[in-house]
Amino acid sequence: MTLRRRFVERDRQSHPPAYAPGYKTTVPRSPSQALVSLQTPSVSELSGPNFQKLRMGPHDNDLLLNFRDGTAPGLPVGERVIMFGRVIDQFGKPVPHTLVEMWQANAGGRYRHKKDSYLAPLDPNFGGVGRCLTDEDGWYHFRTIKPGPYPWPNGINTWRPAHIHVSVMGPAISTRLITQMYFEGDPLIPICPIVQTLNDKEAVGTMIGRLDMARSRPMDALAYRFDLVVRGELQTYFENQ
Amino acid sequence: MQQPNFTPTANLMLRETASQTAGPYVHIGLALAVAGLPERDEEIWNELAKDSASGERIEVVGRVIDGNGDLVRDALLEAWQADSRGHYQPAFDLKAPFNSFGRTATTAEGDSEWRFVTVKPGAIARPDGRTMAPHINLAIFARGVNIHLQTRLYFDDEGEANADCPVLGAIESPNRRQTLIARREDSEGGLPRYRLDIVLQGEGETVFFDF
Repeated sequence: MTLRRRFVERDRQSHPPAYAPGYKTTVPRSPSQALVSLQTPSVSELSGPNFQKLRMGPHDNDLLLNFRDGTAPGLPVGERVIMFGRVIDQFGKPVPHTLVEMWQANAGGRYRHKKDSYLAPLDPNFGGVGRCLTDEDGWYHFRTIKPGPYPWPNGINTWRPAHIHVSVMGPAISTRLITQMYFEGDPLIPICPIVQTLNDKEAVGTMIGRLDMARSRPMDALAYRFDLVVRGELQTYFENQ
Repeated sequence: MQQPNFTPTANLMLRETASQTAGPYVHIGLALAVAGLPERDEEIWNELAKDSASGERIEVVGRVIDGNGDLVRDALLEAWQADSRGHYQPAFDLKAPFNSFGRTATTAEGDSEWRFVTVKPGAIARPDGRTMAPHINLAIFARGVNIHLQTRLYFDDEGEANADCPVLGAIESPNRRQTLIARREDSEGGLPRYRLDIVLQGEGETVFFDF
């Protein structure tokens, strides 16, 4: 297979560096050697999985309805929100039919993970995981509860801002990205050591979900818009020789 | 609208959304069973090849090790590989005998090994006429990893192909090339097994790629 596609080079100044000592776990987990750059990426890097045949459940993108532990049937507690947006590439082109996955803590900042022992309680009606495919115009939607901030062992008194982890595949493994959506106006954002791994305020701006009153549902749910931008796809016009 | 030739270069295209660590609870979202969550009908997991897949069915295992020599017990790995004939299968379909994509994780329990069940990929021809040795692309996500690490796994019983592989050859240090070569080991009657530890930092640090 000859792919005549390529992707805009990743601007690693716009991403966090591997070694960012304010976020302590990066210290032993960051490579000390330089990355080896592949000047001519091959089909191995320029292709990737397509999940249109992955069978989804009817509530996979609806965290208000997709988990019940059976002890207290009902809805999860917390601020009902619609999280939605578009996956586009750096040239503004929509990325249709791509897999968007998300996971998060509940309204009190507690994750339904056996390793999370924070004293805030679990919610019997909240699991915290969602997935969907973008539609033909690149749009995705989730319905969920706004997550709470939570403390973590980094500094003496470090708290994560409210955030939703977001994973997107895009057209190839070259565009694969995991990030976090933060909520507009949260005062914990500028003092978070994980956000601060980024050296660039504009780059931080790419991770902020914006309150969108137009798309909120009166008497029901607020909406936050979060567009994801993946690396721009180019066609190769000239081959060598 | 700005006259294009006067637009600052930075505005000619959008910025890619910035990466953030997948954090300690990545399993909730991408490896539900590992987190202790009920699984959905279809999950993306670590069996890329069923019995019926053509090619040599193998298992690929390893650990992830940090700069202190300690196990990284909360990593998520993604594999992307060609089938036994050297062709990628982009259409992910759990009903198919083989999928090019899979996920696995290291865990808090036991020896914390990640594992894929797959087929040994075929060599891949490139447009320039050179051939890449059989390999599996791996992406590593974890707490403390701000942007995922991209590497490749090669096989130690492909010595000649490895020696000719243009990507292995692009690694300036011959010593470092060895960090990508999985070793075939005795698997006591099970599937043929290849082992590769991924070392994030320090002695024997795995080669990570930018592409």
